[in-house]
Amino acid sequence: MERKDQTITFLVNNKPDVLARIAGVFSARSFNIESISANITMNPEITKIIIVTRGDTATVTKIKNQTKKLVDILEVSHLKEKSSIQREMILIKVKLTNENRGKVMETIKDYNCRLITVEANHCVLEATGNKNEIKNILKRLERLGIEDLSRSGILAL
Amino acid sequence: MKLTGPQIFTKTLREEGVEIIFGFPGGAVLDIYDQIHKENFPHILVRHEQGAAHAADGYARSSGKVGVCLVTSGPGATNTVTGIATAYMDSVPMVIFTGQVTSPTIGTDAFQEADITGITRPCTKHNFLVRNIEDLAKTLKEAFYIARSGRPGPVLVDLPKDIMQSETEYKESNSLKLSFTEPKYSPDPKQLQQVLKLIKKAKRPVLLVGGGIVLGRASSELKEFAEKTKIPVTATLMGLGGFPGTHPLWLGMPGMHGTYYANMSICNCDLMITIGTRFSDRVTGKISTFASNAKIVHIDIDAASINKNVLADIPIISDAKSALQQLNEMLDQNHFTVHEKESKKWLNQISEWKAYAPLTYPEGDKIKPQRVIETLYKLTKGEAIIATEVGQNQMWSALYYHFDYPNTFLSSGGLGTMGYGFPAAIGAQVAFPDKTVVDIAGDGSIQMNIQELATAVNYKLPVKIVILNNGYLGMVRQWQELFYEKRYSHSDISHNPDFVKLAEAYGAVGLRATKPEEVEPTLKKGLNIPRTVVMDFHVEPEEGVFPMVKPGTSLIETKLRKEELL
Repeated sequence: MERKDQTITFLVNNKPDVLARIAGVFSARSFNIESISANITMNPEITKIIIVTRGDTATVTKIKNQTKKLVDILEVSHLKEKSSIQREMILIKVKLTNENRGKVMETIKDYNCRLITVEANHCVLEATGNKNEIKNILKRLERLGIEDLSRSGILAL
Repeated sequence: MKLTGPQIFTKTLREEGVEIIFGFPGGAVLDIYDQIHKENFPHILVRHEQGAAHAADGYARSSGKVGVCLVTSGPGATNTVTGIATAYMDSVPMVIFTGQVTSPTIGTDAFQEADITGITRPCTKHNFLVRNIEDLAKTLKEAFYIARSGRPGPVLVDLPKDIMQSETEYKESNSLKLSFTEPKYSPDPKQLQQVLKLIKKAKRPVLLVGGGIVLGRASSELKEFAEKTKIPVTATLMGLGGFPGTHPLWLGMPGMHGTYYANMSICNCDLMITIGTRFSDRVTGKISTFASNAKIVHIDIDAASINKNVLADIPIISDAKSALQQLNEMLDQNHFTVHEKESKKWLNQISEWKAYAPLTYPEGDKIKPQRVIETLYKLTKGEAIIATEVGQNQMWSALYYHFDYPNTFLSSGGLGTMGYGFPAAIGAQVAFPDKTVVDIAGDGSIQMNIQELATAVNYKLPVKIVILNNGYLGMVRQWQELFYEKRYSHSDISHNPDFVKLAEAYGAVGLRATKPEEVEPTLKKGLNIPRTVVMDFHVEPEEGVFPMVKPGTSLIETKLRKEELL
């Protein structure tokens, strides 16, 4: 079975140890958390946690079964790319030179990024997109010179 | 009405039907202990917190009630971790109360502070840290609910000292709404119909049952089902007693040290109906070869167990009792009759396997440990509550004592905790003061919680300890003999204390047998003394547990003698 990135959504009671519990299930079975996002839903007592892990469908089933039975976990679902909207946000600090300035601005335009700050030697831009869009933005900017970046977890509906 | 933390504690415990607490005091729980003293709340003082946890566990396994233990913060709490993990692996309903340092000092490395909720997160069904006195009653109620419902398990409640020293307006906890309810699964009738179809077609069916039958109180439904369908039954270590060990359809325990005929039945069956067991590696042997020619029905209360190790053709999420009740009803409604010819053929084959390889051991001039168990079985008429330690003593007990009733075999199956048996026997004796309760131990295991002799004698608990004393860590020695060319690395413990003198030092009775003809009179004498009795049997030092399935091999390779493995 093929191992690839799997997105799993947890609806949980907003309590101090719930995240630790879920993380414990992942670590106890050596499933790595590639990325994570967590925030309250419309009901402040319920939190939505979205975790991306690498594995096959058997992995996902195991995680679902082990976490579903925990107290304070209300719902667990496996989000397939085809049937969900998934977005990631990324802040990128890009080196600016006379040579690459044009190409950087082009990238910003092509991918609808937001220019947050511009300094003499670098700029910070904000980008959102699905997995492929983020991958492509990074590919383009890596050639031009990335100095630092900060990636969010996955947001998904 | 304003009540203090400790008052809410004892009141709620009473409402939950708690009749006894096993515990050990300390700074963080002084206020609770003061309340226990004022009310004369029934409490057994142990000599090591691990003993409190195992005693609560033994109490729960033997009685079906939720076991309760109370310990202080820091080392008191960490001393219970082995006991909690033991209960977690075997799904035992238990609530463990740990004192905690005051709320403002949590996280400051305070004196006797331990992050016990963090430490036990992976080995409790759930745990709580009480942050407000207003939440105490509800938390206690939730703890008991979680411990006993669905697939049972240990629940820890951490009680900071300052919380317990405050008071609040008490709400009747019966009116408290729980914020969590266990989902109830009733078996899907369509799936059950499929099971019936398979039973009708099967020529060589087997019932594999486990702890879920005992926890689910489904023994009588299981017996009815097996007798209606004439399907032979094998039970894992955790299921022993769930089906009568003297019944003609009984196959004995399967797996690494199972009977030859149980393992052959599994290897040759064409239908395996599995109820309340999780396909532990001790049972399956090499998984790819396990019941490879059979259709597998898996009935379990925990969805996470289904299709975890073995793929089920018909998975059914349900408790054992409901599933078996409905199957029995369906058998009646369908006027089910056994296909006599096929059934006879299969049962005859099984009889042949039984005749070929009955449970046996070579006689010798030293005491045979198996003979001690057989004699114990005879003298107690198979009606004692038997606790075991871990290793050879455990396996011989499982094979040579035939358990007819559920809740009479108390053994650490999942975690395999040496030192479990004696405190568990204490817990069982507290639950059943008038029954014969015996701990079958090795000389290694018994020393792990030997201090509980003080507990047993103090409360006049007439627990009997049968030590199969071979001067070794027996099971380790056996593996070293078979797989490490007899390099006995640190498994020789022949520098043992004089167990008779040790028993007497604690105020218990000590008896010893060193020759085969002394076994029966010693057991008879010991069983009939209404006190804590330690019986030290000097047994054949290098006796092995057989049959044996070498790790990583198929059950079909069940070996009957050590020569076959060397």
